[in-house]
Amino acid sequence: MSGYSTYKPQSPFMQWLERRLPIASLIHSSFIAYPTPRNLNYWWTFGGILTFMLGVQIVTGVVLAMHYTPQVDFAFDSVESIMRDVNYGWLLRYIHANGASFFFLAVYIHIARGMYYGSYKEPREVLWILGVILYLLMVVTGFMGYVLPWGQMSFWAATVITNLFSALPGIGDPIVTWLWGGYAVGNPTLNRFYSLHYLLPFIIAGVVVLHIWALHVVGQNNPTGVEPKTEKDTVAFTPYATVKDAFFIGLFCILFAYFIFYIPNYLQHSDNYIPANPGQTPTHIVPEWYYLPFYAILRAIPNKLAGVIALGLAIISLAFLPWLDTSRVRSANYRPAYRVFLLVFFAAVIGLGYLGSQEPTGGYVIAARILTLYYFGFLYVILPLLGLFETTKPLPNSISESVLREGSPAGASAPASGA
Amino acid sequence: MKFHRMKFPRGILALAVAAALTAFGSFAVRAQEADAPPRLSWSFAGPFGIYDPAQLQRGFKIYREVCSNCHSLKLVSFRNLADPGGPGFTEAQAAAIAASFQVTAGPNDQGQMYQRPGQIADYFPPPFPNEQAARAALGGKLPPDMSTLAKARSYEWGFPWFILDAFRMYQEDGPDYIHAIITGYTDPPPGFVLPPGGQYNKYFPGHAIGMPKPLSDGQVQYTDGTPMTVDQYGRDVAAFLMWAAEPTLDARKRLGFQVMIFLIVFTGLLYFTKKRVWHDVLHDAELQRPRAPTEYQH
Amino acid sequence: MTAAATAEPTRRDFLYIATAAVGSVGAAAALSPLVSQMNPDASTIAAGAPVDVDLGSIQPGQIIQVFWRSKPIFIFNRTPKDIKLAQDADWQSLRDPQPDSARVKQGHEQWLVVIGICTHLGCIPLPHQGGFDGWFCPCHGSQYDSSGRIRQGPAPLNLQLPPYEFLSASRIRIGENSQA
Repeated sequence: MSGYSTYKPQSPFMQWLERRLPIASLIHSSFIAYPTPRNLNYWWTFGGILTFMLGVQIVTGVVLAMHYTPQVDFAFDSVESIMRDVNYGWLLRYIHANGASFFFLAVYIHIARGMYYGSYKEPREVLWILGVILYLLMVVTGFMGYVLPWGQMSFWAATVITNLFSALPGIGDPIVTWLWGGYAVGNPTLNRFYSLHYLLPFIIAGVVVLHIWALHVVGQNNPTGVEPKTEKDTVAFTPYATVKDAFFIGLFCILFAYFIFYIPNYLQHSDNYIPANPGQTPTHIVPEWYYLPFYAILRAIPNKLAGVIALGLAIISLAFLPWLDTSRVRSANYRPAYRVFLLVFFAAVIGLGYLGSQEPTGGYVIAARILTLYYFGFLYVILPLLGLFETTKPLPNSISESVLREGSPAGASAPASGA
Repeated sequence: MKFHRMKFPRGILALAVAAALTAFGSFAVRAQEADAPPRLSWSFAGPFGIYDPAQLQRGFKIYREVCSNCHSLKLVSFRNLADPGGPGFTEAQAAAIAASFQVTAGPNDQGQMYQRPGQIADYFPPPFPNEQAARAALGGKLPPDMSTLAKARSYEWGFPWFILDAFRMYQEDGPDYIHAIITGYTDPPPGFVLPPGGQYNKYFPGHAIGMPKPLSDGQVQYTDGTPMTVDQYGRDVAAFLMWAAEPTLDARKRLGFQVMIFLIVFTGLLYFTKKRVWHDVLHDAELQRPRAPTEYQH
Repeated sequence: MTAAATAEPTRRDFLYIATAAVGSVGAAAALSPLVSQMNPDASTIAAGAPVDVDLGSIQPGQIIQVFWRSKPIFIFNRTPKDIKLAQDADWQSLRDPQPDSARVKQGHEQWLVVIGICTHLGCIPLPHQGGFDGWFCPCHGSQYDSSGRIRQGPAPLNLQLPPYEFLSASRIRIGENSQA
C-alpha cells in the first residue's frame, strides 16, 4: 500500500509518531496520493458505495442489537417495540432492513462492472476471489439477519435454507440437526444466528481490508483495460476519486432514502409481519429479492442434490472467472461478441430473479431451465471458447490516448471505440 | 465523466428489455385465486399523506365494538391513542378508555392474578387468554392478532405493476385488502362448495373465509355525520389498523421530506465540487498536446 | 482574464467550504438518532407511572420494600421510639441537616417513605442495622437513622424522598400524579 506517498510529517508530534507507527503516511499513500486511472467512469464508484453501506449496516446493526431480544417468544415483539417505542427505532430498523437490499444492489452492480471490464484478469485474480468471498459472506450474513425478526418468512427461510444441507448424502441430516441445535428450527437456531449475524460483518470488514490491500497492490482496472503507463494516465485518489465517489454516494443515498421514508416495506414480504408459526407454512414462500436468481436455479433442477450443487456452483463459479475467460483483452468495449453474450448473461440473471419470485409451474420451470443452462453455458462454454475465436477491436496505446480520442473538444475525428 | 457514459446505460436498457421479454413473453397469465382488491384513495398515501384523526377515531370505535370481541391488538398500548400522529385522543380520554377495559394484573400478595381497570401504560387486553381458548370458543378458528395486520396482508399484482408501484409509492396494499375483505362477502357462485363453517368472500384467497361477515350497514353509530355503510366502516377500520401497524408513519414522512431536501442540496453541491475539482484535469493543456503514438512506447 | 483569475479561487473556496459545511451538518444530524435511541423508550417512560401501596398490612417497626420506576422504595412503619429518636436528634449538626418534620408528611409522622438507594454509590442499605435505628449500607459502611438521614460513613446525603401523597390514612401513591 505504500510507495506513492510524498507524505512528510510537519509537526514534531507527527514526526515522533511516524518513527513509531507510520499510520499517517499509510493513510496518505492509500487514500490520498494513491494514483487512480483518470478515465474511471461512475460504475467505479460502487466500491466506495459498498464501503459506505457496510459502515451504515454495522452502525445501525450495533444500535438495533441494543434493543433486540434473540429469544423466540420475544424476538418479534422486540422488533415491533423498536418500531413503536424506541426513539427513532423505526428509522434505524428501516435503514437496516432496506440497507441490506441496497448493499446487495451495490454489490451486484460492482460485480457486473468487474465482469464487463474484465477486472478479474491477471494480475487481479486474488482481488477478484476476495470479492467473491465477500459476496459469499454477505449472502450468509443477510440470510441470518433475515431470520432475526422471527416472522413467518424468517422462520420458513431458516427452515428451507438449512434444509439445503440435508441433500448431502449421509452427512446431510446430522449437519442440519447441528445447524439447528434441535429437532427443528427453534430458539437455539435463532440465538446462534443472532451471534453469527453480529460477528460476520466484522469478518466482512476484515476481508474488505484485504480486498483494498490487494487492489492497491495491483492498481485499479479502467474502462479501456489498458494499464496506466505514464503519470498523465492517473490522478491522485484525493481529491479526484473521493469527491467523485462522494457525489455518487449522495445520489445513491437519495434512492436509498426514497425507499426508507416512502416505501419502506416495498422490498419486504408482508408475511414477515406475521409472527413465526412453526405449525403453518406460508402459501407462497420466496427469499429476499437478492437471492431470487439462485433460488430459481435451485428450483429449476428436479433432483434435490443436483439442485443444491447447482445453487452452490452458480456462486462459486464466479471465483473461477479469471481462468474461464481465456481472452487477453479485458474490457468488453473492445470485445463486441463478448459484450453481447455478457449482456444476455445479465438479462438471464435478472430473468432468473423474476422466475424465482414466481410459483414453479409449467412454463416458468422450462424458462428457468433455459436460463440456468445459459448461466452455466456462458461461464463454462462461451467464455473459454470466445477468447480463442473472438476478433477484438484495437486497443488504445494508453489511457491518455483513449481520453484524447473521445474527449477531444475539436470534434471526434475518430469513432468512439466499442460503442 | 463523459468517456464511456453512453455505452453502459444503453447496455442496461437492452438488458432491461431482454429481462422484460424473458419474464413476460409467452407464458400464460396465471389464473388469479381471488379478485384484486380495489385500490382506494387513502389520506395517508403519497409523500405527504398522513392519518386523518377523525377517521382513526371512527376506526377505533369499530375495533372496540366489533373486532375486539375476537381479535387481539396486543402490541398497541392505550397511551398510543394519545400519541402524536395517531387518533388524536387527549391523554385524559386515553386514560378513560384504558379504565373502561379490565386487564389482568398481579400476582398480588396472596399470589393471585386479578382483574383491574386498565391504566394508560397497559396494552389492549386480548379477548381470549390463549390460542386454545380462542379455538375452543370459535369452533376451531383462530382470529389473527391485529397489531401488524395491515402490513401483514398484501396482494400480488404481478409484473409490471410491482415496478410501477415503486414509483407510485404504493404502500396501501394492506388497507386495500382489509377493506376488500370486509366488503367482499357475497353469495357463493353456483357450484362452489363451501367447507363447513366457511363464508364466501370474493377477495379472500381460496374464497372460503372463516370469519363471518363482521359488519353490516348501520351497525356502528357514527355521530359526525359520516355515512354508516359497510364500505365506510371498511375504510375506517382499515385506516385504524394501518395506524396500529405503522404508528410512526407521520413522523417518517415528515423526517423523510427534510432528509430528501438535504440530500438533494448536498448532492448538488457535491456535483459542482466534483466539476470544479476535475476541471483542470479535463482541460489539461499538456494532455491536449498532439503527440505521436511512439511517445507511449516503453 | 486577470479579474477572472483572481475571482475564481474565491468562488472555488466558497463552494468547497459550503459543501463541507453542509456535509458536516448532515453528519451531525445523522448522529442525533444514534444518540437519542439510548434514552428511555416510550414504554419505559409510560411504565414509570405512579404506584399505589396499601399500608394496612405493615406492622409497627416493619420496613417493606416496593418498586417505583425500577427503584427500591422503603416504607417504614415507625414505632413511637423510632419517631422520638428521629425528632430528638441534633439535626443541625448532621452532615445533611434536615429536621425529621421535613422528611415525613405532616400528620403521618408514623410513616417514613424513602428511596432505598445509598447516596454514596447506589447500593441498597440493609434495614434495622447499624447504630442509628435505621439502615446500614453493606458496600461502604454508611449508616442512616430512623429518619433516613446519613449519620456515619462516606455517603454525602440523606436517603432521598420520592414524590408521594396519602390517598387515605392507610394508602399512599408513590410518583408524580399523571397529567390526566
